[in-house]
Amino acid sequence: MKVIGIDVGGTSTDAVLLHERTVRHYVKTATSADVSSGITAALDALLAMAGPDATGVDAVMLGTTHFTNAIVERRGLTPTAAIRIGLPATAFLEPFTDWPPDLATAVRARTFMVRGGHEYDGRPIVPFDAAAVESAAREIRDAGIRAVAITSVFSPLDATLEERAGQIVREACPEAGVTLSHRLGRIGLLPRENVTILNASLVDLARATTAAFAEGLRRVGIDAPVYLTQNDGTIARMEQAAELPILGVACGPTNSMRGAAFLSGMANALVVDVGGTTTDFGYLRQGLPRQANRVVEIGGVRTLFQMPDLLSLPLGGGSMVTASPLTIGPESVGFRLTELGRAFGGDVTTVTDVAVAAGASSLGDPRRVADLPDGLVTDAMAMVRATIEDAIDRMKPDAEPRPVIAVGGAAFLVPDGLAGVGETVRVPHAAVANAVGAAMAQVSGESDRVYRGVPRDEAIAAATTAARTDAIAAGADPNTLEVVEVEDLPLAYLPGNSRRVRAKVLGAIARPRVSALPGAGS
Amino acid sequence: MFAGVRSTIHSIVSSGPVPFDLQGFERTTLTEVDIDDLRVGAWILGTGGGGDPYYGYLCLKKLYAQGRVVDVIDPKDLPDDAYVAAVNQMGSPLPAEERLTDPATVTRAIREMEAYAGIRFTAVMPWEIGGGNAFQPLMAAAMLGLPVVDADAMGRAFPEAQMTSFAVMDFTCHPLVMADIRPNTVIISEAADWKWLERLRRRACTELGAVAATCNPPRTGREVKIGSHLHTVGKALRIGRTVRRAQAEHCDAVAALLEQERGVELLRGKVTDVERQTTGGYLRGRLDVAGLDAYAGDTMRIAFQNEFTVAWRDDEPCATTPDLICVLDQDSGEAIGTEVIRFGQRVAVIALPAPEMLLGDRGLELTGPRAFGHDLDFHPLFTR
Repeated sequence: MKVIGIDVGGTSTDAVLLHERTVRHYVKTATSADVSSGITAALDALLAMAGPDATGVDAVMLGTTHFTNAIVERRGLTPTAAIRIGLPATAFLEPFTDWPPDLATAVRARTFMVRGGHEYDGRPIVPFDAAAVESAAREIRDAGIRAVAITSVFSPLDATLEERAGQIVREACPEAGVTLSHRLGRIGLLPRENVTILNASLVDLARATTAAFAEGLRRVGIDAPVYLTQNDGTIARMEQAAELPILGVACGPTNSMRGAAFLSGMANALVVDVGGTTTDFGYLRQGLPRQANRVVEIGGVRTLFQMPDLLSLPLGGGSMVTASPLTIGPESVGFRLTELGRAFGGDVTTVTDVAVAAGASSLGDPRRVADLPDGLVTDAMAMVRATIEDAIDRMKPDAEPRPVIAVGGAAFLVPDGLAGVGETVRVPHAAVANAVGAAMAQVSGESDRVYRGVPRDEAIAAATTAARTDAIAAGADPNTLEVVEVEDLPLAYLPGNSRRVRAKVLGAIARPRVSALPGAGS
Repeated sequence: MFAGVRSTIHSIVSSGPVPFDLQGFERTTLTEVDIDDLRVGAWILGTGGGGDPYYGYLCLKKLYAQGRVVDVIDPKDLPDDAYVAAVNQMGSPLPAEERLTDPATVTRAIREMEAYAGIRFTAVMPWEIGGGNAFQPLMAAAMLGLPVVDADAMGRAFPEAQMTSFAVMDFTCHPLVMADIRPNTVIISEAADWKWLERLRRRACTELGAVAATCNPPRTGREVKIGSHLHTVGKALRIGRTVRRAQAEHCDAVAALLEQERGVELLRGKVTDVERQTTGGYLRGRLDVAGLDAYAGDTMRIAFQNEFTVAWRDDEPCATTPDLICVLDQDSGEAIGTEVIRFGQRVAVIALPAPEMLLGDRGLELTGPRAFGHDLDFHPLFTR
């Protein structure tokens, strides 16, 4: 089984070739402004290094932190119109309630509240005000808004109003990316609306990014199934991923944690993944990322996702440093580190330059940073240490000293002898742990349908079987399947013991059917 | 209806627009930190029900941002013949997750009651301190400029009107006003007893979408003083503060809570199954938890009707209502509601002692396991 894992970070694009769960080759290249050429460069370098090893690749797994970075840095987000169907209910707590103000400012183009929505039993709250949606659609068109998020009260039970509103908006604004909340979530209006709005604001970026992925792969002649990694450690076909990019947010940390567990062989440890723009802190328990138990926030916004319990800070190798007063980040030079950073001949002071001056990193040319004031170097390194120590303290499950696995391109920023830490563990291929984790992502299968007149146990069994079939069709090895989610919601308004059952299973990707090439030998 | 106190009502109405001047009595203005604490503490006292306080909390935050504040007064400072509005949003927690609450609705229920009964309220109080209903009186108080009394009628969360201290005391059980988001108002002018009141209001609530803002039968200051669970707003604040402090100090929040409130840990483990359905305006179901670590090999089943009612360890009842059965996030110590708890969550199941008033014969009849259809006697878990 041969898998290529690629991780596009804000700073670097990493690629690995795994053969039978062993890292055979890896490269680390700079992420380029147009993403595509960076992927091509990484693949070219990987394929050149691999030579004949690179034939017969079974799958390509792509993970990208673009969407996370866009939200964290409030950059590249498409201003979005939020339409909520639910008045006269839900009037007081409007869309964007409880959002960080700067993120709301970056994303909010307009909000519309219209009459409609459903009760828990499927009855309409009041008649749906289609005219109000038509009027909103005209305003959206006239304002040139390209992203629209539509959320209706109780749409997970009855999606018809979201579908109708979506149709009205698409007719008026054919160019706009429209996200309907029922495709993303479950019961819980505000968090479902939040992820719907975030998703809508990311669709433009996602379309451009996946087009670039496809182009990059085509150029190097790779013809294997392409998957994007998702934040739950699974993968999705690329076309699907382009329309629901929010599911790919925070996939990088998931990948790096899985990669860190694999590379270190450790089952219980903290993982600190220092990239170019952000640092993620997570905790491995029995080899798996600890899942956030309840509310997962993305960019400070409440969601209903199940995701690794992570703390993400805007600190990375490319974070910009200013003196008096001393600040680090959140701005980062990102992929332009090797062009703009002082140690590389540029004139921007980054955390990497400070680390080079302090002797903590062997990147670049130390002579170019010799003029950085000693006080600045000392204070900035102390600030980095304090920031990391504080984050570790917040993520630790208890007061015991725990080992910390340092991964990511700027893992050198994690010092030894951290307070409250048993040991700072350095692993081989730490810089490409994300790509290793991406290559090891799992295939999922889902089923979500309504069963009528069937006992609960049988309905759940049927849904689980359907999810398994779906996973196997998506390329999962039947022997590795594991049920990770079962949820049933009785539908009181339908006759005869009706219930909606959602099931999800995970499995390792299976070796594809043996190719029938003559002479391939099998 | 309401005949027993009608003469008093008239005397109050004639005394002017604000029936009692509470200035001079001790008032505590809740800070925004208090509100944060209350949110966590009320959710724990919800024992799985009462709805997530998050939405009421957001409403109150927004009201504070508009410059409104909430004052809390001690029940002892209430004049005996002042009127107090005990309010809540009744219904099933699941619809509340979609049909976000709105302070205008509960405020309208209070105004409609005043108009109907011909009285003016001096203060508002929680009907139910557990869950989101801790915030309904605060939202109304902020809108109306009235203080909140530090007391409630349940001491936790319960699904039905006859499970209140007022029912235990056999206080008058009418009138009751329900306000809807649409221009619908339901007034129950008379009910034969508290159970009838519950049947009538439940039917109406279900029709309104299993969510309705409710102004319960008006109480006099004297009734509040002798017939409510006292200082439960303060208790919710204290619990929330303890848990949040433990979180900040990276201590075991569950252990800190148990120590302070003299609770009992029943199990720590992982949720293996949840079955729930919304019927008759309730969220009913059960939850299975498999023990982990020190509890490996143990299994626990917990039944719920909006709130957790009975916990069985390996088929033996180990905790029963009215003691509070709480399912908490093992790491944060915060409560997890019956409407959102899910497969795979790691939880700590604990029990906290019931309010004293519920442990007499009448209290147990109204709030013990048999009141929820379980053929079980109350299982005394705490030595009192």
